[in-house]
Amino acid sequence: MLTIKNLHAEVEEKQILKGINLTVNAGEVHAIMGPNGSGKSSLASVLAGRENYRVTQGEVIFKGENLLDMSPEVRAREGVFLAFQYPIEIPGVSNINFLKTALSEIRAHKNLPPLDAKEFLRMSREKQKLVEFDAQLVNRSLNEGFSGGEKKRNEIFQLAMLEPALSILDETDSGLDIDALRIVSKGVNKLRSENNAFIIITHYQRLLEYIVPDFVHVLYDGRIVKSGTKELALELEEKGYDWLKEESREKATTI
Amino acid sequence: MTQEQTIPLFEEVVNGWNKLSLSGGVKKESSDLRRARQSAFDKFRELGFPSIRNEEWKYTNLARFLKDEFTIEGWEVPGKTVVPDAALVKKAGITLLDCYQIVLVNGSWDGTIGGGTLPKGIQLLKVAEARQDPALSVYFEKQAAWGDQHFANLNAALFTDGLFIRVDAGVTVEKPIHVIHVYTSESNLLVQPRNVWVVNRNAELSVVESVVSGGTAKIWVNGLTEILVHQDARLHHTMIQTAGAGVRLVQQTTVHQHRQSLYNNFTITLPGADLVRNDLQARLEEEHTESHLYGLYLAAGHQLVDNHTLVDHQKPNCLSNELYKGVLLEQSTGVFNGKVYVHKDAQKTNAFQQNNNLVISKKATIDSKPQLEIFADDVKCSHGSTVGQFSEEALFYLRARGIGEESAKSLLINAFAFDVTEKIRIPEVEAHVNELISLHIPVNHA
Repeated sequence: MLTIKNLHAEVEEKQILKGINLTVNAGEVHAIMGPNGSGKSSLASVLAGRENYRVTQGEVIFKGENLLDMSPEVRAREGVFLAFQYPIEIPGVSNINFLKTALSEIRAHKNLPPLDAKEFLRMSREKQKLVEFDAQLVNRSLNEGFSGGEKKRNEIFQLAMLEPALSILDETDSGLDIDALRIVSKGVNKLRSENNAFIIITHYQRLLEYIVPDFVHVLYDGRIVKSGTKELALELEEKGYDWLKEESREKATTI
Repeated sequence: MTQEQTIPLFEEVVNGWNKLSLSGGVKKESSDLRRARQSAFDKFRELGFPSIRNEEWKYTNLARFLKDEFTIEGWEVPGKTVVPDAALVKKAGITLLDCYQIVLVNGSWDGTIGGGTLPKGIQLLKVAEARQDPALSVYFEKQAAWGDQHFANLNAALFTDGLFIRVDAGVTVEKPIHVIHVYTSESNLLVQPRNVWVVNRNAELSVVESVVSGGTAKIWVNGLTEILVHQDARLHHTMIQTAGAGVRLVQQTTVHQHRQSLYNNFTITLPGADLVRNDLQARLEEEHTESHLYGLYLAAGHQLVDNHTLVDHQKPNCLSNELYKGVLLEQSTGVFNGKVYVHKDAQKTNAFQQNNNLVISKKATIDSKPQLEIFADDVKCSHGSTVGQFSEEALFYLRARGIGEESAKSLLINAFAFDVTEKIRIPEVEAHVNELISLHIPVNHA
């Protein structure tokens, strides 16, 4: 579904990603871990098409197409979804209206007719239930006055509504208490299928107890320095990141 | 060089004055009204049309609008009405709004009312008739109030028609009155509607005005509306300006508020008219009044939209609250000048003002000038003015959900306007305004 080859990117002329290689297949969940400033969120931003990031080298192929050539909205319509680390509050845009607009543009892109009001409402109710999202929040202005946890849950609700092929969760667990974390994870687990894939960016192993990944990658200084299975996450929890930093430095000097 | 030599309209106004003295039904007016006309005319002749040297017109240069020739129409047959173009009236209509609807064509009303019979306690009259009525003449005689205001004096000298509304004491008119102003002509025209609305003690009224235009010619509308809100009375007033290209709209609205009265104003300006200048003056003449002034202007093309407001706190314990929001597209220019004047006597005044602007295009400009003059020492006053662009973060968030850049911008403009539109008390009018906003956001903003 997604192939990242030798991806280099910079922001404000500072090199952030220094050669990422990653392949994600349908049905897989990949966790990306790493210390602060290693480039985790930058990778998410580059994949979603944030405009202040400049790709200087490498390629990203999504469902056979060059993802980097697409505008952010086309990436979303093709099935890339970024759950934001800091969802934006937009007073005056109602949550439901926003979703209706997004869904109909995505459907139009796929040559599908827009859902009628009744179908949309039915779908919205069903997904609210699935991800345990408060119906009252659905009718409010987009994220306005939502608590940190409510914002994150809204991201998962949007994910459920838009049914993307590839979801990138950017530190969705940050700022969540244990109950919210459990609800968010439950939602994601229900949405997992053999047709979609998830990239879960997280700082801590905690989230991975709830959403069990197929692969774990450690990002350090703009590169993936280690990949493994879920056991790697536990090892990181135990030993921290320092041993990897050492290893990576040694590698860099020997090359 | 005098204006007589440089501005064709000035000459037409002088000719018009001479014609008016001979006809136009002026002879049937009270001698006080005729004197008021004379001194207003003398004043205008002395002032001429305003130039940018005048502080109140510093950012609004009328030179390019005053180049054209205009003819004054009205007094050969006072009160004469043109049949309105049905499509224009329909365009101004507000879906599902249960209201009394009246249509003025070039400032004249034919006397018909849509939407049912008016209830007892409210009178609607043509100004062409009211000004000749000895009992009502007093409402048109107050020339002194116009001071050095160029266009108000011009209207006060030459007006012939418009709409007179009076609500009797204690009467609440349940349905709003929708006044549709249609301006249409095949030759350049100066129209000067004069409206007088009186809401008596403890009465309540909602008026929604829509301004639309047709025809191929240029039309200069110099409107003057004087409103009296008596003790304990409440007036909710919405103005929706959607006139098209060729129209130069100068609208002065002066509101006199008496004890414990409430006045709500919504002034909504959309792309279209070449020039819109609104002068809204709320004069809080007695204690414990409340005034809310909300404005929303969306300017596009080469449009110039200027909102001048004055909140004149004359007495203690009054509250005024003002919020104007502007969206400047393409090569448009916006002007906001909000003056709040708190007299020495007006202790315990609460006066708040805010002006926020969203400048979408690099070629658009806004001049925003809050102006607080406070002479009392125990008051709460605040003002703020901002000029900004789209939030890149918000735009990216919407696009990252599959919403195209244009739709995303449209959503954000609606959201920006929301602070004003959500305050509109009538849901059908709010929906109408939101629809107009979406309709007028051009595909290409640059």
